[in-house]
Amino acid sequence: MRQILMREALREALFEEMRRDDRVVVFGEDIADPMGGSYKVTLGLSTEFGPLRVRNTPISEAAIVGAAVGAAITGLRPVAEIMYMDFLGISMDQLVNQAAKIRFMSGGQVSVPLVIRCQGGPGRASAAQHAQMLEAWFAHVPGLQIVMPSNPADGKALLKAAIRSDNPVIFFEYNGLYNVRGDVPEPEEDVVEPIGVAKVAREGSDITIVAWAGMTRMALQAAEQLQEEDGVQAEVVDLRTVSPWDKETVLRSFSKTKAMVVAHQAVRQGGVGAEIAATVYEEMLDQVDVEIGRVGAKFSPTPFAPELETQIVPGKAEIVQAVRDVLSRTARAVRR
Amino acid sequence: MATIKADKVLPLYRDMLRIRGFEGKATKLYEQGVLPGFLHSSVGQEAVPVGVSAHLNKDDYITSNHRGHGHVLAKGMDPVRMFAELYARTTGYNRGRGGSMHIMDFSLGIVGANGIVGAGVPIAAGAGLSFQVRQTQQVAVSYFGDGAVNSGAFHEGMNLAAIWSLPVVFVCENNFYAESVPQAYASRVGIAERAAAYGIPGVMVDGNDLFAVYDAAKTAIERARAGEGPTLLECQTFRWSGHFVGDPGVYRSKEEVEEWKLKDPVPRVRTWLESHGVKAGELDALEAEVVQEMDSAAERGAEGPKPDPSTATQDVYAPEGVAQA
Ligand SMILES: Cc1ncc(C[n+]2csc(CCOP(=O)(O)OP(=O)(O)O)c2C)c(N)n1
Ligand SMILES: [Mg+2]
Repeated sequence: MRQILMREALREALFEEMRRDDRVVVFGEDIADPMGGSYKVTLGLSTEFGPLRVRNTPISEAAIVGAAVGAAITGLRPVAEIMYMDFLGISMDQLVNQAAKIRFMSGGQVSVPLVIRCQGGPGRASAAQHAQMLEAWFAHVPGLQIVMPSNPADGKALLKAAIRSDNPVIFFEYNGLYNVRGDVPEPEEDVVEPIGVAKVAREGSDITIVAWAGMTRMALQAAEQLQEEDGVQAEVVDLRTVSPWDKETVLRSFSKTKAMVVAHQAVRQGGVGAEIAATVYEEMLDQVDVEIGRVGAKFSPTPFAPELETQIVPGKAEIVQAVRDVLSRTARAVRR
Repeated sequence: MATIKADKVLPLYRDMLRIRGFEGKATKLYEQGVLPGFLHSSVGQEAVPVGVSAHLNKDDYITSNHRGHGHVLAKGMDPVRMFAELYARTTGYNRGRGGSMHIMDFSLGIVGANGIVGAGVPIAAGAGLSFQVRQTQQVAVSYFGDGAVNSGAFHEGMNLAAIWSLPVVFVCENNFYAESVPQAYASRVGIAERAAAYGIPGVMVDGNDLFAVYDAAKTAIERARAGEGPTLLECQTFRWSGHFVGDPGVYRSKEEVEEWKLKDPVPRVRTWLESHGVKAGELDALEAEVVQEMDSAAERGAEGPKPDPSTATQDVYAPEGVAQA
C-alpha cells in the first residue's frame, strides 16, 4: 500500500469530502492558501474550492465555532479549524452550551453536523498555553463526539466519518503525529471508519494497554520493549474515539488479559483514563481480580524547559513502568 | 517630536538599538537550534514600545503578547535574564518555566507576554481597576497586534475600561498581518476608528516614527493618570521577519517587505540625532556597544543551570495559609 504522512492523509480526507458533498465548508485562522493552515493540513483547499467554501477567519474563536454551529443547523457541514486546542477555552460556550445541546434541547428537531479540527499537545517546548491535551474537558459534555486518531489511515478514515456524522465532532490531531508516515488506502476506496469503535492495534494475552492519539504509538513501542525485556505480551487497544468510547472492545480485551493500563498524555487527574478504569472496575469486579494502572501527565501546567516538560508528560517509559507495576500486583493477587 | 528634548532622545535611541540587538541575537541563536520552543521577532517595530515606555514609571504595568521582547526590554528587563529564560535556565525571569511567550517580571510591572491573542486586553483593564480602587497614580498599558482586535476579549476589555474610565492605554501594533491574514481582510474599519464604539479617544500614528509614538503616548498616558479613562492608540508598523523565526512568510510580497524596510524606525532617529548635533562617531560607538551588550548577555544567559527535573511541579499553587500582601 502507498505510504503518506498524517498531515497528507487528513488533507486528502478534506479534499475528498469537499468534492463529494458541496455542503462541506472549511474555515479557520490561516487555513486558506498560500498559508494552507499553520500545519498545512488545508493546503490547496481554497485554491480548488474557492472563497465561497474555504475561508480565512479573523482571530475570533468564539465566532468560528459559533458560525460553525449556525451553519450546521441550517444546512451546511462545516469543518472549522481552531489552530491549537488550547484556544478552545475561547470557544467553550458555543461548543458545550450550543453545539452539544441544540439537538437535545430542540427535542430532536435538528442535528448539528459540524467538525472542529484542532491540533496541539506536548513535546515541543511550547509551554503552558500551547501544549495541553484537553479531551477530558469535552468528554464530560454529553452531545459531543471526540475523535483522536493515532495513524494516517485512521486519521483519514475518521475525518471522513466525522464530516459525515450528524453530530458535533471535535477532531483532535496530536501535533507529534503530523509527520508520521503510514499505509493509507487509495482515494478510490473511500474508506470510512466508524466513530465510537476502538481498534486492537496489537494483539497480546498478558495485559491490555488502552491509549489514543500520540499515546497509541508510545504504547506500541512500550509493548515491543515489554516483549523483549519481560517476555510480556501486551495487547494495545487504540481507542480512536474518546467519547462516546468503545466499552465493548475494551472489556473484551480486558476479559482476555485480566490486567490493564490506560495511558494518555493529558493530565492524569480527572482524565479520561479515570473514566475507563472506573468503568472496567464496575463491569468486571465480580468476575476477576481487577488490576488497572493509569498513566497521565503530572498535575501541573506544561513547563517550557524541555527537561521539565518530559518530567511532567508521560511517554513510553511510564507505560512500561505502569505495566510492570500492574503485573507485579496481579502476581501478588494471584498468590493471595 | 514637538515635545521631546534632544538629550532625552539618545537614551530612547539606545533602547531601540537594544531591542533590535536582542532580537537579532535571539534570532541567530534560534536558527542555530540552541533555543527551545518558538520565537517571534519584533524587528521593525522598535519605536512603539520605546515611545510608550518613555512615559511609564517602574510601578506602571504592561501586558504584552507573543511578540513581546521589545515591550519588556523597554519596560526595563535585563537581557541577561531574558536570554536565560529563552534558554530555559533557572536564572531566567520565569526560572525556565515560561520561555519567550510568557516572559514576566512583576517587580517591573510586566504582567507578561501571552500565548493567547487578545488575553492581555481585559487583564490590563483589571490592572486599571486595581489602580482606580486603590487610588494610585499607576497606569496599565496593553500591547497587542492587529489580529487581537477581532477577539471577544478585546471588545469586552475595551468596553469595560471605557465605562469605568480605567487608567489604561491600549496600544495596538498594527503590522498589517496576523500570521498570514491581512488586517484589511479581517476588519472593515481601521483600528483607531473602533474607539468610537467605546466612546473613548482613538489615535492613529506612524508607529515607525518614534516621536509620533512618543507624543501620542504622552497624551494618552497623562489622560489615564488624570482619571479621564482609556485611549486606543494604533501604531502602524511592520514586522520584518516571518510570523515566527523560520516562517518563510509566503503571504507577503518581497516588495512589500522591502518597502517597509525603507521606513526603518531606527535610522530615522539616528538622522534626527545627527541633525541635532550628536556626532556620528558617538552613535557608531553606541551601536557597537549594544551589539556587544547583547552578545555578552546571551553568553551569560546560557551559563545558567538547567532546571532540576525534581522541581517540575513547583509553583502550581501558592502555599495555603499565607496571607496575601
Ligand atoms: C486566541 C488565539 N488564537 C490564535 C492564536 C495563534 N496566533 C498566535 S499569534 C497570531 C497572530 C497574531 O497577530 P497580531 O495580533 O496581529 O500580532 P503580530 O503577530 O502581527 O504581532 C495567531 C493567529 C493564539 N495564540 N491565540
Ligand atoms: Mg499583526
